[in-house]
Amino acid sequence: MSAVTVEDHDHHDHGPAKGLLRWIVTTNHKDIGTLYLLFALLMFFVGGSMALIIRAELFEPGMQFVDPQFFNSMTTMHALVMVFGAVMPAFVGLANWMIPMMIGAPDMALPRMNNMSFWMLVAGVLLLASTLFMEGGAPASGWTLYPPLVLQTGNALPFAIFSVHLLGMSSIMGAINVIATIFNMRAPKMTLMKMPLFVWTWLITGFLLIAIMPVFAGAVTMLLTDRFFDTSFFDAAGGGDPVLYQHIFWFFGHPEVYVMILPTFGVASTIIPIFARKPLFGYASMVYATAAIAFLSFIVWAHHMFLVGMPMAGELYFMYATMLIAIPTGVKIFNWTATMWKGAMTFETPMLFSIAFVVLFTMGGFTGLMMALAPVDFQYHDTYFIVAHFHYTLVPASVFILMAAGYFWLPKWTGNMYDERLAKLHFWLSAISVNILFFPQHFLGLAGMPRRIPDYAVQFADWNMISSIGAFIYGPSQLIFVYIVYKTIKGGTGEKVTGEVWEGAKEQSLEWTLPSPAPYHTFSTPPEEIPTMSTSR
Amino acid sequence: MSDSLEQKNAKLIRKLVFIVLGMFGFGYALVPLYDVFCDAFGILGKTDSEASIEKIYKVDVEREITVEFITSLNESTPMEFRTETRKMKIHPGKYYTVNFFAKNNTDRNMVARAIPSVSPGPAAEYFKKTECFCFTEQTFEPQEGKTMPVRFVVDPEIPARYKTITLAYTFFDNTEKSVKK
Repeated sequence: MSAVTVEDHDHHDHGPAKGLLRWIVTTNHKDIGTLYLLFALLMFFVGGSMALIIRAELFEPGMQFVDPQFFNSMTTMHALVMVFGAVMPAFVGLANWMIPMMIGAPDMALPRMNNMSFWMLVAGVLLLASTLFMEGGAPASGWTLYPPLVLQTGNALPFAIFSVHLLGMSSIMGAINVIATIFNMRAPKMTLMKMPLFVWTWLITGFLLIAIMPVFAGAVTMLLTDRFFDTSFFDAAGGGDPVLYQHIFWFFGHPEVYVMILPTFGVASTIIPIFARKPLFGYASMVYATAAIAFLSFIVWAHHMFLVGMPMAGELYFMYATMLIAIPTGVKIFNWTATMWKGAMTFETPMLFSIAFVVLFTMGGFTGLMMALAPVDFQYHDTYFIVAHFHYTLVPASVFILMAAGYFWLPKWTGNMYDERLAKLHFWLSAISVNILFFPQHFLGLAGMPRRIPDYAVQFADWNMISSIGAFIYGPSQLIFVYIVYKTIKGGTGEKVTGEVWEGAKEQSLEWTLPSPAPYHTFSTPPEEIPTMSTSR
Repeated sequence: MSDSLEQKNAKLIRKLVFIVLGMFGFGYALVPLYDVFCDAFGILGKTDSEASIEKIYKVDVEREITVEFITSLNESTPMEFRTETRKMKIHPGKYYTVNFFAKNNTDRNMVARAIPSVSPGPAAEYFKKTECFCFTEQTFEPQEGKTMPVRFVVDPEIPARYKTITLAYTFFDNTEKSVKK
């Protein structure tokens, strides 16, 4: 097999093409990874600005800045942009950059499709953004797009739906590419159970994506035909049922939230052992736990709909099945903790973000467990408690880990060291403000403040103000990250980094055996030896 | 391992695309599956969409069940819709007739459809209607009001735990859809 790989890539001498066209026509996994990451970063700020509009409006009771319709558009678009424009593409970007280097492959398996899936993503997001300027405004029904409300969207509805189609196709192509790369392009000695966990989690995420994105595409297509072609999938007047949409949506939606968290787990499992200078504790159990979480994600969807009037047996089943997820997730949390236990830990920024992730994600997980209880969910449902819950599992989890990944691999990508002092400032501002931002939302939710409302009773005023203050610290703090990335690309601290970058990293994963910055073409011949520090036990 | 990388990729992609298409189909398959499951467990609160044949039950005079009637209009349906009986006590096995009144508030012809829903859902299968305006679409002349009867019986087989049954009707304006047909 190695001979074949060499023959297939016999023209590996040339570097990147010159000029702007390089970025449009590139099929290089590192270029496409960079495109994905930068695009995701841009979208992070677009979605973040929308969140700041929301928090500005909620700073005080009463209507201040925007009208309610636009406010609802903001909550909807913020979610769609963050999920489909920022977090998912960021992980696809990391997958592009890192998976070939981690498994000793020269590139992704399907480089041209790789390029296509990136530009399809851009098209999808532009289409989605264009709805902001349409008559009737952007979709304002929440990212779940529940009928019958979503069918009242103005001209934007078909555009939003086609945008979902494009984003879905882009994700599916990305997932197929990742799966094909992992199955067919591994270095000879890279057996499945020797793969770094980031690769494992992405393999499983890939399968989640190809299983769920088509279901979502189907659901929004049904919305489209309900609105324009007189079908009655969700229209009670024609014998349909709006609750059916909720079932289909959450059959997609629950695995979808794991699409955003599983690669997060993978990155955390990559970073923590390096800064603890120990092998990852329980490698195999990490793999099995990831697979178990992925499997469970398909059979718990109706815990999002405890209030639709399910029979008792249904409520009980979905409640217990959901609580079961805490077990594999707990395995992971304990494994990370055990990895750090008695390790020679140092606290560079990637590690700080990773530790914050372990702590804060656990909190998000616990509130999830609270809401898994059907009788308790009756109170929490659609309040700020759920908003606090999923933001804890997304912002100080996925987003923090994406920041960690950025700091962790920037030296590998650019060959320069980032400014550790500024990065620590970024971390501490983020870690403190994210809690000021989201923690009070638990209290608001418990006190009964509904989500997706532009105005609220005065009893909620204090915590909303604090939450908004947190938001306006957290948001601008992220600009520090942009500055650091820019500065690092332009030369960083001036200190040239070694190939290994982090002490002992060579023993953990293949990418650190390459020079920094990673050459345009790597592993044109598969590596002879692979690091086995974490996987050999 | 004898295949080239291209062949292996092509094989794998075929399988993965097959999964993708299969899952797209599965999304649509959920539509009939939903009805099958809801029927199997009787949880949707849907009553029969056709009139039941009037058969004689043994009236259970010992038992009393409260039946409530609720009327509502789908958003912006230009109608007036009310029930003449809000609440009544019934004996299982005995036939009752209640009247509903609906009026078209517009100056055009209107086709509307009333959708029934019974709660608690599992009680729906014991709630039999021999006559109902909900079995077909109703046509209204401009400003026409109609009194429409519903004749029903509650099957005496109904488990003892059901003490109150609520029958809700929602009128949907189907004029546009009907005209297109």
